[in-house]
Amino acid sequence: MKKYSAFGLLRNALSYNEKWPEAWRSPEPKRKYDVVIVGGGGHGLATAYYLAKEHGVQNIAVLEKGWIGGGNTGRNTTIVRSNYLWTEAALLYEKSLKLWEDLSQDLNYNVMFSQRGVYNLAHSLQDVRDIERRVSANRLNGIDAEFVAPEQLKKNIPGLRVTANSRYPVLGASLQRRGGVARHDAVAWGYARAADQRGVDIIQQCEVTGIRREGGKVIGVDTTRGAIAADKVGVVVAGHASVLADMAGIRLPIESHPLQAFVSEPLKPVLDTVVMSNGVHGYISQSDKGELVIGAGIDSYNGYGQRGSFHTIEHTMQAIIELFPAFSRVRMLRQWGGIVDTCPDACPIISKTPVSGLYFNCGWGTGGFKATPGSGWAFAHTIAEDRSHELNAAFDLQRFTSGALIDEHGAAGVAH
Amino acid sequence: MTSRRLESGGFVDRGKVFEFKFDGRTLKGFAGDTLASALLANDVAVVSRSFKYHRPRGIVSAGADEPNAIMQIGKDDATLPNLRATQTELYNNMVARSTKGWPSVNFDVSAINALFGRVFSAGFYYKTFMRPKRLWRCYERFIRSSAGWGSAPAGNDPDEYAHRNAHCDVLVVGAGPSGLAAAVAASRTGARVILVDEQNEFGGSLLSEDTTIDSVPAMQWLEKTVAELSNCETVQCLTRTTAFGYYDDNFVAAVERCADHLGKPPGQTVRERLWRICAREVVLAQGAFERPLAFCNNDRPGVMMASAVQTYVNRYAVLPGERAVLFTNNDSAYFAAVAFKKAGGLLAAIIDSRQSGAGVTAVTNAVDHGIPIMNGHLVTDVVGKKRVRKAQVAQWSGDTSQTIKNTVSIECDLLMMSGGWSPAVHLHSQAGGKNIWDETHHCFVPGETLQQNRSVGAGAGQWSLMECLQRGGDAGRTTAEACGFVVQAGQTYETPQDQENPIEPLWRVPASRSPDRCAKQFLDFQNDTSVADVRLAVREGYRSIEHVKRYTALGFGTDQGKLGNINGMGVLAEALEVPIAQVGTTTFRPAYTPVTFGAGAGEDIGEIYDPVRKTAMHEWHEMQGAPMEVVGQWLRPWYFPQYGEDIHAAVARECMAARNSLAIMDASTLGKIDVQGRDSVALLERIYTHDVGRMAVGRCAYGIMLGEDGLLMDDGVMARLGEQRFYLTTTTGGAAAVLTWLERWLQTEWPELDVHLTSTTDHWSTIAVVGPKSRELLQKVGCNVSLQRENFPFMTVKDAELGGFPVQLFRVSFSGELAFEVNIGSNYAMAMWELLIDAGQEFQITPYGTETLHVLRAEKGFVIVGQDTDGSVSPVDLKMNWLLSKNKDYLGKRSLQRADLVRTDRKQFVGFVPVDGKTVVAEGTQLVNDPLLPVPTPMCGHITSSYASACLGHPIALGLLQSGHARIGEQVVAAQSDGTYVDMQVVSPVFYDPKSERQNV
Ligand SMILES: Cc1cc2nc3c(=O)[nH]c(=O)nc-3n(C[C@H](O)[C@H](O)[C@H](O)COP(=O)(O)OP(=O)(O)OC[C@H]3O[C@@H](n4cnc5c(N)ncnc54)[C@H](O)[C@@H]3O)c2cc1C
Repeated sequence: MKKYSAFGLLRNALSYNEKWPEAWRSPEPKRKYDVVIVGGGGHGLATAYYLAKEHGVQNIAVLEKGWIGGGNTGRNTTIVRSNYLWTEAALLYEKSLKLWEDLSQDLNYNVMFSQRGVYNLAHSLQDVRDIERRVSANRLNGIDAEFVAPEQLKKNIPGLRVTANSRYPVLGASLQRRGGVARHDAVAWGYARAADQRGVDIIQQCEVTGIRREGGKVIGVDTTRGAIAADKVGVVVAGHASVLADMAGIRLPIESHPLQAFVSEPLKPVLDTVVMSNGVHGYISQSDKGELVIGAGIDSYNGYGQRGSFHTIEHTMQAIIELFPAFSRVRMLRQWGGIVDTCPDACPIISKTPVSGLYFNCGWGTGGFKATPGSGWAFAHTIAEDRSHELNAAFDLQRFTSGALIDEHGAAGVAH
Repeated sequence: MTSRRLESGGFVDRGKVFEFKFDGRTLKGFAGDTLASALLANDVAVVSRSFKYHRPRGIVSAGADEPNAIMQIGKDDATLPNLRATQTELYNNMVARSTKGWPSVNFDVSAINALFGRVFSAGFYYKTFMRPKRLWRCYERFIRSSAGWGSAPAGNDPDEYAHRNAHCDVLVVGAGPSGLAAAVAASRTGARVILVDEQNEFGGSLLSEDTTIDSVPAMQWLEKTVAELSNCETVQCLTRTTAFGYYDDNFVAAVERCADHLGKPPGQTVRERLWRICAREVVLAQGAFERPLAFCNNDRPGVMMASAVQTYVNRYAVLPGERAVLFTNNDSAYFAAVAFKKAGGLLAAIIDSRQSGAGVTAVTNAVDHGIPIMNGHLVTDVVGKKRVRKAQVAQWSGDTSQTIKNTVSIECDLLMMSGGWSPAVHLHSQAGGKNIWDETHHCFVPGETLQQNRSVGAGAGQWSLMECLQRGGDAGRTTAEACGFVVQAGQTYETPQDQENPIEPLWRVPASRSPDRCAKQFLDFQNDTSVADVRLAVREGYRSIEHVKRYTALGFGTDQGKLGNINGMGVLAEALEVPIAQVGTTTFRPAYTPVTFGAGAGEDIGEIYDPVRKTAMHEWHEMQGAPMEVVGQWLRPWYFPQYGEDIHAAVARECMAARNSLAIMDASTLGKIDVQGRDSVALLERIYTHDVGRMAVGRCAYGIMLGEDGLLMDDGVMARLGEQRFYLTTTTGGAAAVLTWLERWLQTEWPELDVHLTSTTDHWSTIAVVGPKSRELLQKVGCNVSLQRENFPFMTVKDAELGGFPVQLFRVSFSGELAFEVNIGSNYAMAMWELLIDAGQEFQITPYGTETLHVLRAEKGFVIVGQDTDGSVSPVDLKMNWLLSKNKDYLGKRSLQRADLVRTDRKQFVGFVPVDGKTVVAEGTQLVNDPLLPVPTPMCGHITSSYASACLGHPIALGLLQSGHARIGEQVVAAQSDGTYVDMQVVSPVFYDPKSERQNV
């Protein structure tokens, strides 16, 4: 398999780009795999990659009902950060952030991870307390974090309205300089290519319709392309987790909601960081193409239709104009929605299940893109070793029985 | 500069000359022009540069599909980025700038990129810029610097936007012949019709075509029809209005542009109005987009859509070139060629890729006008960089895999192209409808619909004028009938009948070399996506249309693929060797054309972004100069500074007044819920943890409610006003959530309970009279009930008359002092407040705000839900076991038995004092046992509240600490966010009057 490099680009240009190899194969499914991963989003592909790379598992397939990255991976607003409040969550997201920092080189695929900083704004005294608390906790956990006062914010973020007389005045912000954004499609494709190079079969247009069990143990899956046997099955299907769990007779404490986002037309650079606000409910960054990438909270009803209501978009526009009045004259180019899997404590599940050999990774809700590498890494460990890594031990399904919830609603207040 | 304006014809007003600036040059146009037609009239060929290769680009289309003419219009704070010149109406003194090209569009240094065209192939950036890693920041800065088209304004928007809700029976989108016919037919039944069209006038294609309806010129029919619609009371006609989004439940969002075309200074009228339309039935008549042809260098200025040329000639009286060549694979473009010729242009040749050429009507027409036709020929390439000079023409056998050897040049400065038509299925698709491939016309047409909508006209693949009118009329009648209106027999129309030959698809034009090696054949002009890019994507395994789109940026431009997507799909189908129907379309998403954030936001921005809730005493507080704290939607006085006091001095003074004499607070923002109904006790028993039923009438109780997880949700005082009547208070921020919570259980789980919940938060104002002198004050203003302890003990409520006003009087205390809360109808609250303030002068009555409220309660160790708790705190953690009834079940009770909740090392609520006796630590600060442990340093809790206490003479803090209840007397370290450490002594959270004697006096 050829490595991507600047030199390779030149050489291929000379041969009219006719010699580029496939980024990944499209094999027919085999009859049996050691591990089947259900869901070809970033998390599923990363899981397969780390299973092969870190645990030497040979015979792996990723089954994707549509096209890889076509779920939330390809629909999200790509904010990456690790400044979560609770130690359990913070360390998992921080593991992820560390992997992000070397990901392009590791995968030999430029995922355009751009550490342009992430600000979380405070609009009330309670917001300020919460931010103090989070910043203080982050620092003790070795995660970069600082509190930025309003005067400094004005200088750092031109265009942000920091005036005392706004409806919800900005009273400060937390800043994680190592946070930022990445190119979502490249994450799916980069993991797919790297996993494929390690022998993983990536099978698209292959929907899992049943989970086969025998004596409390998983033995394979039924798919739209026939039955596939497997010793272990890892399910990572984001918004459809409950549907897959149902196939195995498991109930998950997950609610699926539409989450919407939109982009503006491409503009000359105006915003070189990521700004998020729980208080007025919106967040914004600018892509390398110049589009303002904007999102907000979930639509409050449950559903699987990947579309939300227009009033949510209206509210989000109001919020953005509250923060950046000058964007009032900018135009929305495109809006879309995805289905997110939310847990009662706004934290994920990376866990064994009552069915032996069956594992679930879900509940990332509105904020799992940032976790893609860490989630895959920890899930691969859980599947390969049949036990949680210490990083995801707290994210076991058990916690909903024991009550050991990790309440991250504060850190995950708006979708991101 | 030559003028390309025709002497006569068109719909421009030659009497009204507009001056405008384009890239600093002053040019002239007419009223009725678009910026594009005015530029063409002034013979401006290059209007932009492309995104990647910075190739010079000219105007290609005349509508929403324009990829190149993306302009910055207007100045300063009123500037508008990314407007399409083709849809921008000209006004006097317009200032327009091109958005790409440095130093200018005519000379762009970045055009050097074009030399590396093959290196910058699809997805090249995924394959490079990776090493050395530290340079990625520089690479990125370089990539970003070339981003975007126009620029966002820098200042506040001087304009206003409005929202309007509308309901109708039939919404018709598009006022071309089919839409007009539908609207007229529906309106004649009496149905309420809304007709919207994005252009400045109704007519659609009729404005560009030269034809007849019922044997009179189509323009006459148009005038008559529009007049009928405008005079009909049940019809709302909206021009300059784009339906951009089709959502669930037949909800269509449309934007009306009310002001831009007027060229007035901003801020005088509503700039845009968002229409939120609920329609029972929708007729979609949005027409179709003409497709370009993918030959080499098909992006050169002077290469235009044939229909656009026809529009510029007939509607705007502009001849976009002198000598034209038409390249087509279908009949429709012949009429454009004839229009060009009739207007005085030279038409060198019609190059028709079909072996058998066009049908009789088109051919006769062309021949009558002396236009040479070459069937079975192609334009393979054009010559000329900033303007087409020649077309390279070759004979062709019809085999796409062939390469073309011999070409001849035909001189021309305008190349008209037509690759057929694609119905605008956007709204139909947004509504959830499927699209099907029409094998005859080679285009996707609307299939099954999921909502109450139907498509007609060109937008449904109905191509002849007759069909458009007939089917439009049918749709108008059927939809009106579906809404229950009585329908008369349909009208028939008479139009000229054409004899056509079918289109033969040509997704990619063969060239002198293979499609991977020949000069660029563009599919998406704006993003520089070429045929070779799509083929490369397929080669690399990006096969799904969604992957191809994302890998090559096909369709990601501001035209959203309206122009080029279909050719891309054709090329993809060829590369995958599957029929195009199998490739499918990408998802059509709102907005159909881009929508201003301001329009989406409407009026609800700035001051009225969110409702501001003020108490009845708000103005009084403001007059005292109290700074406000934002608490949810409420504004609450934070503190009442005197004579230049800072917050610390003011709060210390306020606190001492409450402790020593008399203070008064506006507590009106407390959430209040009135509970009535036969089963009130039953409901509240299940919600609250204490024994509600045991409360005597007239008693108050402090109550808490838990989530199903056993964790604290909200708290407040409740009062039993009658056997089955209660008055609940909630936290200020939790009021809405608590009411929703109660209603949720009542409505979804226990509908059998007869309980009525009413929010009375705004109805009652609440005045807290606090301090040792509070009883005296109430007596002084005159109270008709005895306030003595024996008659009115702590935690009771009475109806009373105070100073002549009827009030509810509560003897409760959130400060630990003797205190009363006066509930009074909000209309009288201000009078009561002033009465109390006046009467209180002799006791130095002191108003206080939220900060003092917080300090007073912290001195007593009372929690504030949401500040001292965070959704992870159980009542046991707060030592509130005394509130947990053993006699009944309540929400969250079982969860309290869960393994994690019975742990003894949970974080528990305690008090702290700084060991140094003077540092007020920041609220939120984490606590550690040993700050010297390496990261991740284990944390054992955090500070939730922290104040200087005037009456205690030292700072105090509250917080949650692991095993805290057992650690009283120990020390922990507060690790502040600025990196400093403060030693803290763990103490009981009750700092003041631990036996609670003062409130009972
Ligand atoms: C609008 C929006 C904005 C967001 N913004 C951010 C953000 O800024 N930052 C952030 O960190 N997170 C964000 N998120 C969340 C983030 O996108 C997700 O948490 C994350 O991408 C989930 O990745 P995944 O790989 O688990 O899921 P997905 O990418 O959804 O992958 C799951 C895959 O499973 C497949 N699948 C489903 N059922 C089956 C089946 N039966 N058989 C086979 N395959 C199946 C699906 O087709 C899909 O491809 C956002 C989400 C949305 C919707």
